Amino acid sequence: MSKIKIIVTLIVLSLGIAINASSVMAAKDSLNLGMVLEPTHLDPTAGAAASIDEVVYANIFEGLTRIDKNGAVKPGLASSWTVSEDKKTYTFNLQKGVSFHDGASFEADDVVFSLNRARAEDSVNAQKALFKPIESVTSKDSNTVVVTLTQPTGSFLFNMGWGDAIIVDQASADKNKSNPIGTGPFKFSKWVKGDRIVMVRNDAYWGTPAKLKTATIKIIPDPAAAVSAMMAGDIDGFANFPAPESLAQFKSDPRFTVVIGSTEGETILSTNNQRGPFKNLKVRQAIAHALDRKAIIDGAMFGYGTPIGTHFAPHHPAYVDLIATHPYDLEKAKQLLAEAGYPDGFKGVIKLPPPSYARRGGEIVASQLRKIGIDLEIIPVEWAQWLDQVFKKRDYDLTIVSHTEPMDIGIYARKDYYFAYDSPKFQALMEKLDATVETDARYKILGDAQRLISAECVNGFMFQLAKHGVWNKNIRGLWENSPVQANDLTEVYWVD
Amino acid sequence: MFRTLAEVFRHGLKNRSFVIGGTISLLFFLIAFLSYFWTPYPVEDINIAEKLLKPSAKYLLGTDHFGRDILSMLIQGARNSVIVAFVAIGIGIGCGVPLGLMAAAKKGWLDELIMRFNDLTFAFPSLISAIMITAILGPGSVNSIIAIGIFNVPVFARVARGAALSIWKREFILAARSAGKGLFKISIEHILPNIASMLIVQATIQFALGILAEAGLSYLGLGTQPPMPSWGKMLNEAQTFMHFAPQLAIYPGVAIALTVMGLNLFGDGLRDVLDPKLRRRR
Repeated sequence: MSKIKIIVTLIVLSLGIAINASSVMAAKDSLNLGMVLEPTHLDPTAGAAASIDEVVYANIFEGLTRIDKNGAVKPGLASSWTVSEDKKTYTFNLQKGVSFHDGASFEADDVVFSLNRARAEDSVNAQKALFKPIESVTSKDSNTVVVTLTQPTGSFLFNMGWGDAIIVDQASADKNKSNPIGTGPFKFSKWVKGDRIVMVRNDAYWGTPAKLKTATIKIIPDPAAAVSAMMAGDIDGFANFPAPESLAQFKSDPRFTVVIGSTEGETILSTNNQRGPFKNLKVRQAIAHALDRKAIIDGAMFGYGTPIGTHFAPHHPAYVDLIATHPYDLEKAKQLLAEAGYPDGFKGVIKLPPPSYARRGGEIVASQLRKIGIDLEIIPVEWAQWLDQVFKKRDYDLTIVSHTEPMDIGIYARKDYYFAYDSPKFQALMEKLDATVETDARYKILGDAQRLISAECVNGFMFQLAKHGVWNKNIRGLWENSPVQANDLTEVYWVD
Repeated sequence: MFRTLAEVFRHGLKNRSFVIGGTISLLFFLIAFLSYFWTPYPVEDINIAEKLLKPSAKYLLGTDHFGRDILSMLIQGARNSVIVAFVAIGIGIGCGVPLGLMAAAKKGWLDELIMRFNDLTFAFPSLISAIMITAILGPGSVNSIIAIGIFNVPVFARVARGAALSIWKREFILAARSAGKGLFKISIEHILPNIASMLIVQATIQFALGILAEAGLSYLGLGTQPPMPSWGKMLNEAQTFMHFAPQLAIYPGVAIALTVMGLNLFGDGLRDVLDPKLRRRR
């Protein structure tokens, strides 16, 4: 009898220990990170969607340089570089002993191939403008690459750190959309469409190896489901939590850390500058005066967000505060609308993509514009539809979207961009900016550019998206801010 | 056989579910009607400064996350549900009943064709098909009406056909036929009045289902679009507030449950009252 008891006790004990041990082990080196949007594919050199970079950047793929969590340029696959006197020739010394995940070795030829591919005529790169200043890319030897530019470009090293400028292998480049092969600390493992993307540690990594053994990105589009998944512990964290109204709840829960950081996301009421009444500057000014930014931030983001008066991140040193140029003033807005020839207002359409900042913000904006007689029909659209109808075909009057690329004021110089804003004056400013290397001079030009788009009310400038990080209090190393579109997991680890 | 409305009502008063269900349904229709003349506050006006207020004298049921008056939204939502369910039933009766009558009158291949087509539509779960239809036509209240209406068609066709077939066997129909009346005339003059009570009962049940379907579609974002409030949409918007403002979900939830229950009870009661066989048994 007593023997059986002892055996049973032993079994129970050992089971308990085993379960404990496995759960501790599992918690130590794996991470489930939630994400709202599922990427359409996994090749950052072939798509504009931020969700692609948010999975693969710095984890699977690396570029010559990398942007760290503070937005600073750090060495990446290039261990060091020298810049010529005339600032037009960059010589990159590459890391040695680097190999791609499929075993292919990384050499100067891969850099030449990747950069030439990105800037080629038929390139599908979403940020081709980054590569525009490049005149030629040549390999001096297997570990040295020389890039010559047509003109000095102050932001070149930063640009080479973008997800769009990552280095790929010629042999696997075409298959990166479904099976990304890079040089990063994590290898792509599997992608269960609509559910999760799994990455495992690359044990042959050239640099400091990642502390996590596996990293899983779970796709949870529904904010309510995101709250439940966090509460249930199915997910360890969200780099950017989709339901700002729940943050107070997480803050009061001792299991979680809530970190409110900054992003590069200028959330704007994008306007089709070539369509109907919106062609008229006075109409756009009227809209600018009719937007109550505080109400939008409080209503859509529960107070998390910084008002902006132009398309520029407020935490950037070159930011110019232009909120006061178009204060909330309904009388002025009505008057401007009357001057524009619409004393009784007009009807329009606002198309809203799925994120809550857009859907909720859109309802608030529609209600605010109704006060000056602009009657907006609200049309919610899915991302694919938004990209097709709004972004590609420009079939819209107004929309709300957050532009999360860093330093992206240059998009206002693209006359075929979906704002349909064609201003030679602005284009000239951007050309001047490209040719300027000296920081103070660059900031001055950037200031002029901000003032110009603000004065012309190209879009309704609403607020800078905050980064609502919510994660388990034992996780360390996740980024507080998002200087680039990324979830860099290389330094993430668990503490007890 | 044919009774006056007053007679139906007199019998109905003895039936508990008829009285309770009828009262709830009547109240629901009155509230929906009221929204045409008056709501405490305009529902389209967003007032962020007063968001998520608790019930008070100013806002009887409090406000939602946009500072809109919940009572006004519920009243407006009732109208919305009525319109969608009503038109959808109109589509169902307008198309379904003639089809059912035709199938019963002609029999043969036409009957087979109509009923097999019915089976085909029945084979799909109605809400899923409604989702499919709104996905193709695009979201919106008009499209959700069409989607719900389409799935009322086979229901009414089947009820009409079944009931009509049993009437066709009756002697007075035989008499009408021997008097030389055509199929169409008999269907309209003799069959339809005799199956009307069954159709009415079915209509009340479908009405309740229509309200549920509308709420379901709006919950998924496929039905009523902002800024128009809808009970289903209110439920959806309340989801992320569940942990700290559960009243946002409770109000529309209770409204849907109560209305659907009321209509179902009313339908049950009405069936008991209208069906002489059932009544005699009691």
